[in-house]
Amino acid sequence: MRNARLLVQVLRDPASAGECDWSGLVSAARAEQLIGSLAFRMADRPVPPRVAEIFEAARFDAAQARTQALWEAEMARRALAPLGVPMILMKGTAFHAADLDASVGRSVGDLDIMVPRRSLDEVEAALLQAGWEHVKAAEGYDDGYYRQWMHELPPLIHRSRDRMIDIHHTILPLTARPTPDAQAMLDASVKLENGLRILCPADIVIHAAAHLFADGDLAGGLRNLWDIDRLLREFASPGFWRTLAERSRLHQLRPAVARALRLSNRLYGTPVDRSLAGRFGLADRLFEARLLARNGWGQERRKLLRFAFYLRGHWLRMPPLMLARHLWMKARRPA
Amino acid sequence: MAGPRYIADPEDSVSTVALDGLSVLFHAPSGMTHIVAAPAPEILAMLRAGPADAAELLRRLQAHYDFEGDEAAEAIQARLEELEAAGLVQRA
Amino acid sequence: MRHRLDLQIGPVAFRLGSAWCEPLDVLARLYEPYPAPRDRICDFTVRLEPEKPWRRFVRPSVAIKGDYVLPDAAPMALAHGLLAAEMGMNLQMALGQKRYLLLHASSAEKDGRAILMTGESGAGKSTLAALLGERGWRLMGDEFALLDVASGKLLPFPRAVSLKNGAIKVMEAEVAPERFGPRLEGTPKGVIRHMQPNREAIGRMAESARPALILFPRFGQAPAIRAVGAAEVFMRLTQASTNYVNLGRRGFDALNRLIAGVPALAIDYPDTDTAIGLVEDFRQELAA
Repeated sequence: MRNARLLVQVLRDPASAGECDWSGLVSAARAEQLIGSLAFRMADRPVPPRVAEIFEAARFDAAQARTQALWEAEMARRALAPLGVPMILMKGTAFHAADLDASVGRSVGDLDIMVPRRSLDEVEAALLQAGWEHVKAAEGYDDGYYRQWMHELPPLIHRSRDRMIDIHHTILPLTARPTPDAQAMLDASVKLENGLRILCPADIVIHAAAHLFADGDLAGGLRNLWDIDRLLREFASPGFWRTLAERSRLHQLRPAVARALRLSNRLYGTPVDRSLAGRFGLADRLFEARLLARNGWGQERRKLLRFAFYLRGHWLRMPPLMLARHLWMKARRPA
Repeated sequence: MAGPRYIADPEDSVSTVALDGLSVLFHAPSGMTHIVAAPAPEILAMLRAGPADAAELLRRLQAHYDFEGDEAAEAIQARLEELEAAGLVQRA
Repeated sequence: MRHRLDLQIGPVAFRLGSAWCEPLDVLARLYEPYPAPRDRICDFTVRLEPEKPWRRFVRPSVAIKGDYVLPDAAPMALAHGLLAAEMGMNLQMALGQKRYLLLHASSAEKDGRAILMTGESGAGKSTLAALLGERGWRLMGDEFALLDVASGKLLPFPRAVSLKNGAIKVMEAEVAPERFGPRLEGTPKGVIRHMQPNREAIGRMAESARPALILFPRFGQAPAIRAVGAAEVFMRLTQASTNYVNLGRRGFDALNRLIAGVPALAIDYPDTDTAIGLVEDFRQELAA
């Protein structure tokens, strides 16, 4: 198994698994954080007994991960309730809270929430009061820089539950070129029956696309793209595509969203709106290759390609002048 | 002056097993297990009757159990805050 | 990966890949009597890789990778490749085992009754289990015990026993030399030598057993026995488990059933023969 095509193929069409390299499929899925999703996709498929056991254990584990993710959201809600500040769940936790298709088998690491920028100080204070603490700063870490330019506070970790919380005020670093409209995201947010809040469907997709392309180096991209596939299939309607196009433009993320649609369609066969997606081109092939750069031993392949994307991720977060200044200040800092 | 009032999750969300002087609790909403000492399980049981502050809880405890109430309401309040940090009770 | 070895240990099948043949050759000799996993379908994958490409040849350095990894793990010298493979498998169990409740404990079985031994490193649980395995008991495992949450039975994980420092001599005195791996000097834990479990332990690795005794041994003390209270047992067993939290309600129920049904003792012992004597006494009491 030279790359992750088998994993993508089986996720897309569970019936196509047949007599495959099961160990390779499982290792690749684990490496891409997709073992839970795969296990649920394959729940009703005939597979060898040992594989059935592996998938069953993965499904149980995913259920526990879901409980823990929703509990973190609940404890954050309790801590912030007295402030009357809107707290919007993002990423995996949001999928679970709203019971979206994208939540099936979805593992969740940190709790990601978005709050208004003006409320950051009181939110941080309330969480510190309720048992969260600052994660020990890494060497060379620049707290002032982080708070001024990043889209989130430095992460907090709960002292007894040992789970992290990321408090966002917008979805991209302030140093990145696209400037999404955070207030519009807050205004359009949706309140769920259980009282928790999530972004509106279009914004959920836009955030996922931003996170996939504009924020990083595509590590974990297959999982992010699977999220996007599940979200698009669930939300699809004429009204949704129109809103997605409008809000993508509003948040200056139309190119990222379009590329996400093209790649999701290409890899996972997602039905997408052609006028928004555009045509699959040369650059998309590079992205596709980067996403598939995982073999059946779980190793990352295509080192040069990955390095190019790593650089790109850094570049996008920090425009050239800022990068130069940042490095200069670091060099000047006393040892 | 009445203190803050607390509520507990419904009975079926917590499994309690008594083990030689302590209790282990499985709290389904969080998936967490807690090892607690008296009067924590009793406080949780008494909260099921409805929201209460520390003073009201003390009354319920004294009525229901053979409660040697050297535990002033302040001590009950301290236990409530511990239970709140653990997620087993919350403000009403 | 250049080289591959599949190993079946109890209910778990491992796929080991390596950039060098040496570690897998040594591992294959140590695990020669073990059955191979069927169908090349494995539960976990371990990879022994060079930290940087040139470290495959220049001062070869083995980084331990696999399905589950510890991000800051220090690489090991190629001479300790066997140890790297063992640590890799331990990591997969510690971080990836989600089916059985994983206890950091040794275990041995006789007449259908299993004894579970847990405690701090150096408490002697591995050596005790290994010795029992040579004195009429079946060794089930020296490092990990697996509790099946549905049936309440213990499953064996009879990997090659990892003997450290003083324990090596103890076992060399009792066990034929063919059953030992190479002597590894200068490891982070001192001198290490691996010992193959005997044929019975290997041959019966698919057989579970009902737990009959939980033991907390402490080596190097004047002899003493005390019963351990249920709450203390619960706490110590959850501390000895890396995956208790993952199993949720099923883990809670299984642990309570275990504790309700099985006596627990803490024993202090000055030497292993004393400990084994105590265990045998207790076993006979239980059998009566």
